[in-house]
Parts: sequence; structure tokens; C-alpha cells
Amino acid sequence: MAEAYLSIFLKSVFMENMALAFFLGMCTFLAVSKKIETAFGLGVAVVVVQTITVPVNNVVFQHLLRENALAWAGLEGLDLTFVGLISYIGVIAAMVQILEMFLDRYVPALYSALGIFLPLITVNCAILGGSLFMVERDYTLGESVVYGFGSGLGWALAIVALAGVRDKLKYSDVPAGLRGLGITFITVGLMAIAFMSFSGIQL
Amino acid sequence: MADKPRDVLLGPIFHNNPIALQVLGICSALAVTSKLETTVTMCVAVTFVTAVANAAVSLVRHHLPSSIRLIVQMTIIAALVIVVDQVLKAYAFGISRQLSVFVGLIITNCIVLGRAEGFAMHHGVWLSFLDGIGNGLGYSVVLLAVGIVRELFGSGKLFGVTVLPLAGDGGWYVPNGLLLLPPSAFFLIGLLIWALRTWRREQVEKEA
Repeated sequence: MAEAYLSIFLKSVFMENMALAFFLGMCTFLAVSKKIETAFGLGVAVVVVQTITVPVNNVVFQHLLRENALAWAGLEGLDLTFVGLISYIGVIAAMVQILEMFLDRYVPALYSALGIFLPLITVNCAILGGSLFMVERDYTLGESVVYGFGSGLGWALAIVALAGVRDKLKYSDVPAGLRGLGITFITVGLMAIAFMSFSGIQL
Repeated sequence: MADKPRDVLLGPIFHNNPIALQVLGICSALAVTSKLETTVTMCVAVTFVTAVANAAVSLVRHHLPSSIRLIVQMTIIAALVIVVDQVLKAYAFGISRQLSVFVGLIITNCIVLGRAEGFAMHHGVWLSFLDGIGNGLGYSVVLLAVGIVRELFGSGKLFGVTVLPLAGDGGWYVPNGLLLLPPSAFFLIGLLIWALRTWRREQVEKEA
């Protein structure tokens, strides 16, 4: 049992890294990776939100949307999976909002540190992608907690690493047209290749 | 920016390309470009969603309280994406399988929300519709360029039809396996941006 969880965890952090293997959350990934501090703040926010939303969406999927999930209410054979997308994004938006209010009230230090990143997360594809992968792979509740945490951590790792590389890149002489966005893409490509070396690992 | 319909439609393709210049909507774009079939499907889907979402948001823009506008926009977009998803599942199940979660991820594609928020909220229905099509096309141009290179040189095919006979099947072309792997998409887009910026100098980023 523990091995299965460990396997999901390692897989979601390294082999199936959200940012470098699936290209999710790229917009924020490229936009917010200029400084290590901000990248780290965003990374933490993603881990927190991902760890909460994936299990919540798992509950929503297993107990409301799935075929026959509403059998207890006399709605035998009802399959609501087609409203899945709209429900997941709703759950994510609501969760981010609640988390924002909660942090504002009880952990103001963390709230001010995360600041603008929290609302941004609603439209981060990595978060929605995590929920969609969870549904596609039919994880149980326990597995989805591990998967949410792992995939969030993987994303955070990737963005901090990229921010570190970009920090050093300031001192290099890049051709004019390639400066900024172009070189960042190529850097990310090289990082993705590096991360691919994990892909052969069997657990 | 002039509000002429022609500029609104064609501007985003080279002038103000959503991917190359505004860094929007790359999220779901790269993973689907290893084959042209999925690439084209994705382009059509995104163009449709952007155009219709823009028109719909523009239609209700005078009745939207600004505090809930994001939620309303999200709902409109999500509803459209569900339509696309269901149509694909019904008529092109194989492709829908390959695209897996990426159709759903159109919801969080920043181009769609970005245009709804940035353009449709201040412009008429017709212009917003054109803007949506234009941005969808701008996105498609980049995606198709990447898709063509990846499929042609990665597996010697275009739309699944062999163009370059592979060495493995008795032909002469030795495919570049790297192009089938996800990281190649990054290199291609990076090089594309380089080319675009060399052509149009004014798009080069200023030193921060």
C-alpha cells in the first residue's frame, strides 16, 4: 500500500512532472520565473492549492458526477461526467477564494508573501490539469492526496530551478532576437530533456 | 491599435501574436503538436472557443457587475469547452483520446480568458468575434508550424501520410527521434520567436 503511494508520489514529482513533461502551467511558469523569491512563493502556493483541490475534486467526481454516484438519491444510472469541467473549475475558483480569505484572517504573514499569486492560480493549467489527470486515472481519495501534493511539488521544483537558471543567464551574452522569451523557451527545453532521464525509472 | 475589422482579424497573426509576443496560451499547446492531426483539431477547437466566447462576453458586457465578471467569463468558456469536448467524443473519438485532458485545458488557456477580459469587455460583438478568430489563427499559425516540423522530421509523415520514406522501411530518411519528444517543441518555439523578432525588430524585449 505504502509502496503504491510512494510510486505515485515519485512519478508525479519526477517522471510526470507537470511543467516539464506535460507543459502545464506554462504561462505563469514563464512569466513569474524571473526571480527566485517570487518563483518560490508561487511554487508554495501551487503546492498548497493543488494538495487541496485535487482531493476535493476527487470527492466531487466520485460522489456526485460519476455514473450511478447519485443512486442513493434515487437517480439511478445518472451520468453527470459531462459537467465535470465546469464543476472542477468552479471548485478550484472557490477553493482559491476560501484559501485566500482563510490566510488573510489567520496567517497574514503567508498571505502577504503569496499576495498576487493566489488569484493567478485559478487560471493555472497545472491545477486544472492535475484534477483532470486524477479523473482520467481514476485515483482513490488517498491516492489523489498524494498525487496532488506530488504534482504541485514537481511544478514548484521546476519553476524554482528555472528561476535559478534565468538568474545566471543575466550575465550571458545572448543574441538580440533571442533575448527574453526565446532563450527562456530553449532553456526550458533543455531542462525538460534533463528531466526525461527520470522517465526510464521503474518502481 | 486601430479598430478596423481587418486589423483586428489579421493583427494577431504576425503583428501581435498571442504566443510569440504575449506569451499566452502555451500551456496546452505544446503537448499536442507531435502529430498534425491532433494539432489541427486543437487549433480549430481553440479558435472556435475564443471566437464564440469573445462574442458571448461582448454581448453581456453591459450587464456584468465587475466583481463577478471573471466567474461569468469562466462559466461561458467552460460551457463552450464542454460542447467542443462532447462533439469530439461523439465524432472523433480517437483524436479525443489522444488529446486526453488537453481539450479540457482550453478552459485555462490564457488566450481565451485574456481576450475575453482584455478585448471583448470593451468592444462590440462583431469586432470581438473577429478578434477571437484572429487570435485563434495566430495561435494556430504557431502550432501548425511547430506541428509540421515535428511530424515531418520526426516521423517522416504529414497527416499520417509518408512523405519522407524512413530508413527503417527501406527509404533514405533517418528520422530525428528528438522531435517526437516533448522538449523539441520548446526549441522550435524558441527558434520561431527568434526568427519573428529578427524579422520584426520592434518586438525585441527591452532590457529589464
